[in-house]
Amino acid sequence: MPDTSSPAEAPGRGGRAASWQTRSSGAGRWLVSGPPLAYLLVFFAIPALIMVAASFTPPGEFGGLAPLFEDGKANLTLEAYERFAEDPIYLELFVKSVLYAAITTLCCLLLAYPLALLVARSARKYRDLLMLLVILPFWSNFLIRVYAWMIILGPQSAVSRALNAVVEPLGFEPVSLLFSSFAVLVGLVYVHLPFMVLPLYANLEKHDPALLDAAQDLGANAWQRFWRVTFPLSLPGVWAGAALVFIPALGIFAIPDILGGTESTLIGNVIKQQFLETRDWPFGSVLSIMLTAVALALAGLAAWVSRPRRTT
Amino acid sequence: MKRSWTLYAAAIAGYLFLYVPLVIVVVYSFNDSRLNAEWVGFTLDWYRKLFANDEMIQAALNSLLIATVASLVSTVLGTMAGFAMHRHRSRLLPVLVLMPIAIPEILMGVSLLLFFVLLNFTLGIVSVMLAHIAFCIGFVAIVVRSRLAGMDESLTEAARDCGATPAQAFRLVTLPLIMPAVIAGALMAFTLSIDDFVITFFTAGAGTQTLPLQIYSMIKISVTPEVNAVSTLLMLLTLLLIVLASKLAPGALRSS
Amino acid sequence: MALLEIRNVTRRFGDFAAVDDVSIGIEAGEFFTLLGPSGCGKTTLLRMIAGFDLPDGGSIVLDGKDLAGDPPERRPVRTVFQSYALFPHMTVAGNVAFPLRMAKVDRAEVERQVKLALEGVQLGGKADRYPHELSGGQKQRVAIARALVTKPRVLLLDEPLAALDAKLRGELQLELINLQKDIGITFVYVTHDQTEALALSHRIAVMNHGRVEQLDEPSRIYGLPRTRFVADFIGHCNLFDGAVVATTPHESGALVDLDVADLGRIRAFTKGQVTPGTTGSVAVRPEKIRISASVTQGEDENHCAGHIRDFLYMGDVTVYIVEARGGQRVEALLANSEAGRTKFFEAGDAVEAAWRFDAGHFIPG
Repeated sequence: MPDTSSPAEAPGRGGRAASWQTRSSGAGRWLVSGPPLAYLLVFFAIPALIMVAASFTPPGEFGGLAPLFEDGKANLTLEAYERFAEDPIYLELFVKSVLYAAITTLCCLLLAYPLALLVARSARKYRDLLMLLVILPFWSNFLIRVYAWMIILGPQSAVSRALNAVVEPLGFEPVSLLFSSFAVLVGLVYVHLPFMVLPLYANLEKHDPALLDAAQDLGANAWQRFWRVTFPLSLPGVWAGAALVFIPALGIFAIPDILGGTESTLIGNVIKQQFLETRDWPFGSVLSIMLTAVALALAGLAAWVSRPRRTT
Repeated sequence: MKRSWTLYAAAIAGYLFLYVPLVIVVVYSFNDSRLNAEWVGFTLDWYRKLFANDEMIQAALNSLLIATVASLVSTVLGTMAGFAMHRHRSRLLPVLVLMPIAIPEILMGVSLLLFFVLLNFTLGIVSVMLAHIAFCIGFVAIVVRSRLAGMDESLTEAARDCGATPAQAFRLVTLPLIMPAVIAGALMAFTLSIDDFVITFFTAGAGTQTLPLQIYSMIKISVTPEVNAVSTLLMLLTLLLIVLASKLAPGALRSS
Repeated sequence: MALLEIRNVTRRFGDFAAVDDVSIGIEAGEFFTLLGPSGCGKTTLLRMIAGFDLPDGGSIVLDGKDLAGDPPERRPVRTVFQSYALFPHMTVAGNVAFPLRMAKVDRAEVERQVKLALEGVQLGGKADRYPHELSGGQKQRVAIARALVTKPRVLLLDEPLAALDAKLRGELQLELINLQKDIGITFVYVTHDQTEALALSHRIAVMNHGRVEQLDEPSRIYGLPRTRFVADFIGHCNLFDGAVVATTPHESGALVDLDVADLGRIRAFTKGQVTPGTTGSVAVRPEKIRISASVTQGEDENHCAGHIRDFLYMGDVTVYIVEARGGQRVEALLANSEAGRTKFFEAGDAVEAAWRFDAGHFIPG
């Protein structure tokens, strides 16, 4: 999440308060930041490191990992990485996942924008309520939201039957909406939509309405006002939302698992498979590391693109 | 500002898109038919079946237990983290605290799986709790930090000026003023924990079921409107918690 | 030795010196003001006295004891904050009681002292109200009551009246003066409002860019500014720049002849000796300049002729900008109710101006 706060330098209340605090009781600081730091080091940082180490270990006999040290020597190998590099299917899977994530992000943007715009332009007293209504579905269980689409797209549903009532008489095969890439994409968009609305709304809310009035005064019509004033100003929000949708979407496995067919396997599914079914943990670790690398690269890109800079 | 008709229409379509699927789930939970297809008649059978389902009850109890512990611990740790992030401007802490939220969940799930197995730690309720705490800390920290940022800095200084030690100033002045945000954070953590699927999936091990895991296996194996029923109840609970949280800390949900 | 001694205190932020080698001695029972524009370092200095910041160099000594080791809660110093900083979740009584609770005073005594303190600021009936129910002036009084309830050695006030409107400010200023007189505690007051400083203080330290430009009583700050900055910052002032042509020793100082471009020769007094050739400015307060259609120049007066360029009518007084024959602008202030005056001046009127030699004060540099 782009963080806009930064420590003040020269005399300003924030800078002075911060300097006072840092100069006093060093021990007090560690008392406060110590426990959460320790917890996250143990349960987040270390497991991540273990995963890196695991990627260099050969697979154990019955699945899992082989012991790290054998006969007093470190048991390291690049086997798993080689496998990743050799078999093109994994790279294809990554590309496919990136593609799905990209399409999801785009669709989310198209759907979220009008929503965010409307709420941002509403009367102040309604805004919080309207935004709450957008957020509520996000807080309900992820599986429920996916399951809902199982119902809607299932062969017995009204939508499916209506569609086939049109399609069949024209001589086409009955269309199955469920268990398809289409269903997976719908699910992805549905689940991630609130993540796009929030940052967009946060950004749009701050727009000065006077700017649009000025543009109109200068002769711009509604579309021009949107495209040349509102949209460019909203770009930081767009990037923030894109990051919040794209990155989690990369690692999704439950949606293809429930809504998808055989051709909609994504990288998340393969990782799950490796860890829980095939039990080839080193290889699963390699895939995870690759996924992390892609996610971090994109997060870095998003942060760089949305960095505060002077607008010309 | 004149609002265009198309904007209204598009936004309403958006809201419909968000809510209709959920409404369908709720409606069909009362449907007297095994198939989620047409409306046959009103019934509470599915709810009755739910409450008679021992596995389901056990899963629900597990979920509640895990969520309670996870939200309590992560609220304490998250408040400390939020405070440290605001006051002491450390560099490392925000990264560690926020990363679990920023990366795909599956990564945390598998790395914790490796971690627990390597330590010969049996997978079960405790491992799930530990995992949930790790990603809930971030949410609480964000909420607390933004509440602290909005608070008047001179209040803590005034307390110190009046003779309070830093600890007293925190206990008597800062804490009461951020309490609504802390509680909102706790409620959010509770909801996140109850609803979590991915991380729980990897860290629960074979014998432990939580509500989302149970729902998942029901979806995969045999879909009956019991799923609708449990979903409806879960959504109700979530609704309650989140509305409560939004009343306590109006800005909190936005900053998440 | 003074009650509060600030010895060579410096505070830097990176390359920037917010407080630069400042030394001040504040006497017990004094109403002392730090005056200056924003960014001059006065608030930084105040916070260092309170303990919210530590000096990079120098020391702050109270009652002979160096305060360096003491955090804010252990210093016998109390602060009244600009934003009042009243605890919103406690009642007025709770706020005022807070320092007493921290000092572990027993409950009965706490109640008694709170009652006394609130009555002392005329808020006896408001003990059970919450801060958000009070007006700005009332909040300020509660803040003062809270700060005084444990009888500190020094009371620090950080622009406490800045957020109030002019009329309320005037009322509270009078109350502050009387309060300080009654309880006799040393006040260290920070403000950027020079009229306020002149009205309230026993002594003023005028600060600029982290340094003290002049430390003096208000009348001397106003009448005998020691630097250009002080002359310009305090009230309105004519500053005639030029070089010294001749000096005549006079009492403890000298009477200097200054050659001012666009104006001519003028004379003014200065402390100490000055050598011919020194450049500087003569500061003359506008109210000391009399103007009229024709002015008889007295023996010990400067004189110039010109016309009215502009004027500002302010109700009780009018400021006239006179342009002298040579081109120099001279600002004069006339009360609109002066006896014997029958006419206001219009723009363009020819006038003559005169002021006494001792109305002007020469500032070298």
